[in-house]
Amino acid sequence: MALISLKNVQYIYLEKTPLEREAIKDISLDIREGESIGIIGKTGSGKSTLIQLISGLLYPTQGEIFIKDRDIRKWNSKELCKIIGIVFQYPEHQFFAETVFEEVAFGPRNIGISDKKLENCVREALITVGLPYEEIKDRSPFNLSGGEKRRLAIASILAMNPEVLILDEPTANIDPKGKIEIMNYINRWIQSKNKTLILVSHDLDEIIKTVKRIIVLKEGKIIFDGPIEKLFLNYEKVEEAELELPEILKLRKVLEDKGYPLEGAFTVHEIVERIVAFKEHISIWKS
Amino acid sequence: MIQLRNVSYVYHEGTIQEKVALKDINIEIPSPSFLAVIGANGSGKSTFARLLNGLFIPTYGDVIVDGLNSKNFENLWEIRKRVGLVFQNPDNQIVGMTVEEDVAFGCENLGLPPKEIEERIAFALKSVGMEEYRKYPPHLLSGGQKQRIAIAGILAMLPKYIVLDEPTTMLDPKGRKEIMEVIKKLYKEEKTSIILITHHMEEVVWADRIAVFNKGEIVLEGSPKEIFMEDEKLEKWGLSVPLVTKLSKCLVERGFEIPHPILTIEELSVWL
Repeated sequence: MALISLKNVQYIYLEKTPLEREAIKDISLDIREGESIGIIGKTGSGKSTLIQLISGLLYPTQGEIFIKDRDIRKWNSKELCKIIGIVFQYPEHQFFAETVFEEVAFGPRNIGISDKKLENCVREALITVGLPYEEIKDRSPFNLSGGEKRRLAIASILAMNPEVLILDEPTANIDPKGKIEIMNYINRWIQSKNKTLILVSHDLDEIIKTVKRIIVLKEGKIIFDGPIEKLFLNYEKVEEAELELPEILKLRKVLEDKGYPLEGAFTVHEIVERIVAFKEHISIWKS
Repeated sequence: MIQLRNVSYVYHEGTIQEKVALKDINIEIPSPSFLAVIGANGSGKSTFARLLNGLFIPTYGDVIVDGLNSKNFENLWEIRKRVGLVFQNPDNQIVGMTVEEDVAFGCENLGLPPKEIEERIAFALKSVGMEEYRKYPPHLLSGGQKQRIAIAGILAMLPKYIVLDEPTTMLDPKGRKEIMEVIKKLYKEEKTSIILITHHMEEVVWADRIAVFNKGEIVLEGSPKEIFMEDEKLEKWGLSVPLVTKLSKCLVERGFEIPHPILTIEELSVWL
């Protein structure tokens, strides 16, 4: 059984007005429990619309979406929140509470977590993203650093313990070290609890490190859906989607063109080993 | 030249929320030059940007733009004419109903004659490669295009210095590339001084000088080659080196005879 299933979904903004725009065109897609999926595509390709459809914030103009085999329109929003958690771009712009505790407690309280369990739930969510509960719980969310704010925003969704976590550019505008930290916290949570992850990002280097399956959108359509290695062997697809190759693949491409055998090598370490092995091989052959 | 002499900046001075954002900064930015500024979140980069055109006035010390001290209120107008500031989010910077109106906004405030404004719009749109969008409503443009319009609006005022505070963070990789091309061209062809604040290490290799900020201080300053030699220090400050630099360093450690550091893929491919 697919956890999430889209059947011929179309979405039109401002239908029947002069500004009508078809953002999603006939998308069909199954997402199974425990999968980690990356969604990429250039600005305006329909990524944000797609994740809003999956999380029930928009209903399709045409076609159907099923969550656990039940039509998404039949779910009540609180029940759906327990299954799908979505962290928007720049989530810290949505902070409203006076304390970190209240910020995180808002979601769980709304979906009916009892006051008795609430403290534990908030504590656990904050610890999951590496924020020290006792030190931080009474502080104002607005006085945290950029990286802390982002982690707090993610914690406020994790506190609802959703089965599927959707992240829209979770590390945009975070420094390189902060990016790695945030992704590590998220990965640990996903893996230890066998959650499903949908990651939208422009940062293909980050996508490569995190997901196994990748969906490429172009002008509202899926132009690729499959394992990530397969996409990146297919430079033309990346170009078709008008995406920039991630640095590591640009490097690979240049080195492969120079004749280095790099099949299956996707990290700096792996590539270095291949180059070293290749050079040794050549020098033995020459001598 | 922009000079910062013993500049400190303190937010909410004298309150419990007091926060020292910059501590005793000394730097000289000659004209023309291309300075890149890197540093972790909260290291003071954006505060630095806002000091350069007098949007913020230093709590201590002096910011002097071509001899004009930003502490002196009468100088602010002239300083802002010389130093243009481009922010992260293009959506927050667009004011016009059409691209040309938007680009004209700054010039109109300078009180220039219509004919000259006309010429400057043409020049600015051409520099950012957006001539054909002149009559377009800005909200229908992509993020990269909007950011180019925001830059054109600043360019039209013919500033001697342009400060860009993470101009590409809101853009996709293609938009990012477009903006970087514009920036490089402005520096090379128009001799506009560039001060680029960024998190993308691949963008800073084009600068002639890099200043590294950490906790409100400049902790390292030098050419891209000099800066990226210091990969361990950079990591300690929450930064990184370009991937190709990492790879070539590994190769050097494995006995390859290639120079270190290497900053671009093209450079590496020459040596392998």
